[in-house]
Amino acid sequence: MSFDRIREKLSILADAAKYDVSCASSGVKRANKEKSLGNTTAMGICHSYTEDGRCVSLLKILLTNHCIFDCAYCVTRKSNDIKRAAFKIQEVVDLTVNFYRRNYIEGLFLSSGIFKSSDYTMERLIAVAKKLRLEENFNGYIHLKSIPGTSDELMREAGLYADRLSVNIEIPTVSGLKLLAPDKKHEDFIKPMNKVKNEIIQYKAERKLLKNTPKYAPAGQSTQMIIGATGESDRDIMYSATYYYKKFNMRRVYYSGYIPISKDDRLPSIHTEVPILRENRLYQTDWLLRFYGFSIQELLNDDHKNLDLDIDPKLSWALRSPEIFPVDINKADKNLLARVPGIGMQSVYKIIQARKFRKLNWSHLKAIGISLNRAKYFITCDSKDSYHKDISPTRLKNAILRNSYSKHQKHFSNQLSLFS
Amino acid sequence: MAPHTILQYDGSFDGFLSCVFMVYEQKIQLPLIQKQSEENNQLFTISEIVHTDKTKAKRVWDGLRKKVPKPQKQAIFKAFLSEIKGVENTLLSYIQNIFDTSQNIGLDYSNKDILKISQVAKMVQREKHRMEAFVRFKKTKDDYYVATVEPDFNVLPLLIRHFKDRYADQKWIIYDIKRGYGICYNLINIEFITVDFFSKLRTTIEKDVYSAQEMDFQKLWKSYYDSVNIKSRKNSKLHVQHLPKRYWKYLIEKNEY
Repeated sequence: MSFDRIREKLSILADAAKYDVSCASSGVKRANKEKSLGNTTAMGICHSYTEDGRCVSLLKILLTNHCIFDCAYCVTRKSNDIKRAAFKIQEVVDLTVNFYRRNYIEGLFLSSGIFKSSDYTMERLIAVAKKLRLEENFNGYIHLKSIPGTSDELMREAGLYADRLSVNIEIPTVSGLKLLAPDKKHEDFIKPMNKVKNEIIQYKAERKLLKNTPKYAPAGQSTQMIIGATGESDRDIMYSATYYYKKFNMRRVYYSGYIPISKDDRLPSIHTEVPILRENRLYQTDWLLRFYGFSIQELLNDDHKNLDLDIDPKLSWALRSPEIFPVDINKADKNLLARVPGIGMQSVYKIIQARKFRKLNWSHLKAIGISLNRAKYFITCDSKDSYHKDISPTRLKNAILRNSYSKHQKHFSNQLSLFS
Repeated sequence: MAPHTILQYDGSFDGFLSCVFMVYEQKIQLPLIQKQSEENNQLFTISEIVHTDKTKAKRVWDGLRKKVPKPQKQAIFKAFLSEIKGVENTLLSYIQNIFDTSQNIGLDYSNKDILKISQVAKMVQREKHRMEAFVRFKKTKDDYYVATVEPDFNVLPLLIRHFKDRYADQKWIIYDIKRGYGICYNLINIEFITVDFFSKLRTTIEKDVYSAQEMDFQKLWKSYYDSVNIKSRKNSKLHVQHLPKRYWKYLIEKNEY
């Protein structure tokens, strides 16, 4: 192969793929069979980090950035005047294997612009995965993008070689999708998701009866939404996310702050800053839903359509629910402890473990590592000192903000001065 | 005051366990375990050289296995690999604690030696995980994939299983420049090796032994790394937090050719 041409293609097609935030290489354990190449570990490994602090664990590229669609939010859209390139199937296989053997990566994340048709594109993605698995005996991680509109037969085949499949919904609302991606239909996204979900369920059931049934997409499926491109509220985003978690058993929903890439009247101006803080608050909400036992209605509803930027969503909820507090650290159950601002799940388990031996006071809690500057207003423990006060939520919020420092301070210093 | 008894061993893990055996066998009251290479200029001490005895070492190790779950036993080995000066004596106290108490004390972190060993073991574990990520193999003309590293702790023994499982069909060497030894997989088993070629001044293999395409793949990897960065999200603090500067020397993507 001509090295210079490959290098140019790699630059173009890696650059175009980098807006996909998923980089997980975890969640599936596959052993190395009979001295072949590679394995996957349940934890995943981040082999490097970019200067923006994101992990690099997979070779994340597009097969091609030629595309028949014209979605306004996408760099690869048909009308965008950029350099186009396409990899041959064997070139992707060679790159993956050679990077993997040098311990640069955990595996491949292959996506693509849509050329000719959905099925034509998906067939090629599958061909890469199949070649890696069957010809190179590759046991590393493979994440394939499901191309919207792909037929059921191809989706069925894809899951036999890929660890994870994902369709990026990109725009959280149907109306937003119509505005920005007129060629794409909502149903086209749903179809492959549904197929993957059903196949996973079916293969799992068959495995129970027949041990050597092959695994189908063992790391499940994920999706991604762009944040801040169409003026949607946090409530819209998180209700969509909840829908995808429940309806399609998603392993992960990713939120990607919109990075201005084109001048288009339908989109925020090219000088708009990436909404990194908002993205962070959405991820926090996502965690509260998945691991802390919160329901979406508690965090976002008609009265509370957007998350606060200056405080985290759990604190925000606690300020709106004064009737629940204070919580007794030595008596409260796991679910209630998890709802206290400043106490994470790790701390919940440590508290439950430690209080078997003795009643806990402030110094125990400090040693356990909970964030007392927030938590102390919401709890009581084995001590005469109490910080829980009957004051208005606004005053309490200000008291907490006065004594804390956030790395995001610069984003909301203006807002704070309004209160003081 | 009774004098300390200094037990000197060869620096190996079996040697250390032999010292532990001797402490119990001879009921030594105030033992201090140190490597032979460590200088001893204390007055009023008795020094004794302990010969490494694999059978005795195994008896101590098997004894521990009966008393504690695997992670806590493994913590002893990991903490030993930290090579922190004096860790042998904290370990001895940890081991005596295990043998002296009937119930499982693993979770009582109010004991300072137990807390210390679990913290040190965690540091070593983190370094092991970093090495699994940051090793960069370079392929040679005779089909060996060679990587050089300088880990903070002596973690090579902990890396064997991961790399052997993953790269089962290629020959590879991971060499610790700082400690002057490496592990080598020859498609059948793992051997510990020392190579005269490497030194603190010659920390990597020469370009003239690279296989035909090696340089190309290094360049491709570097251009890939440069292309995936999103400039508008630059966050140098986070970058350095995840990828501390002391590791850059051996990372292809952080160097010019």
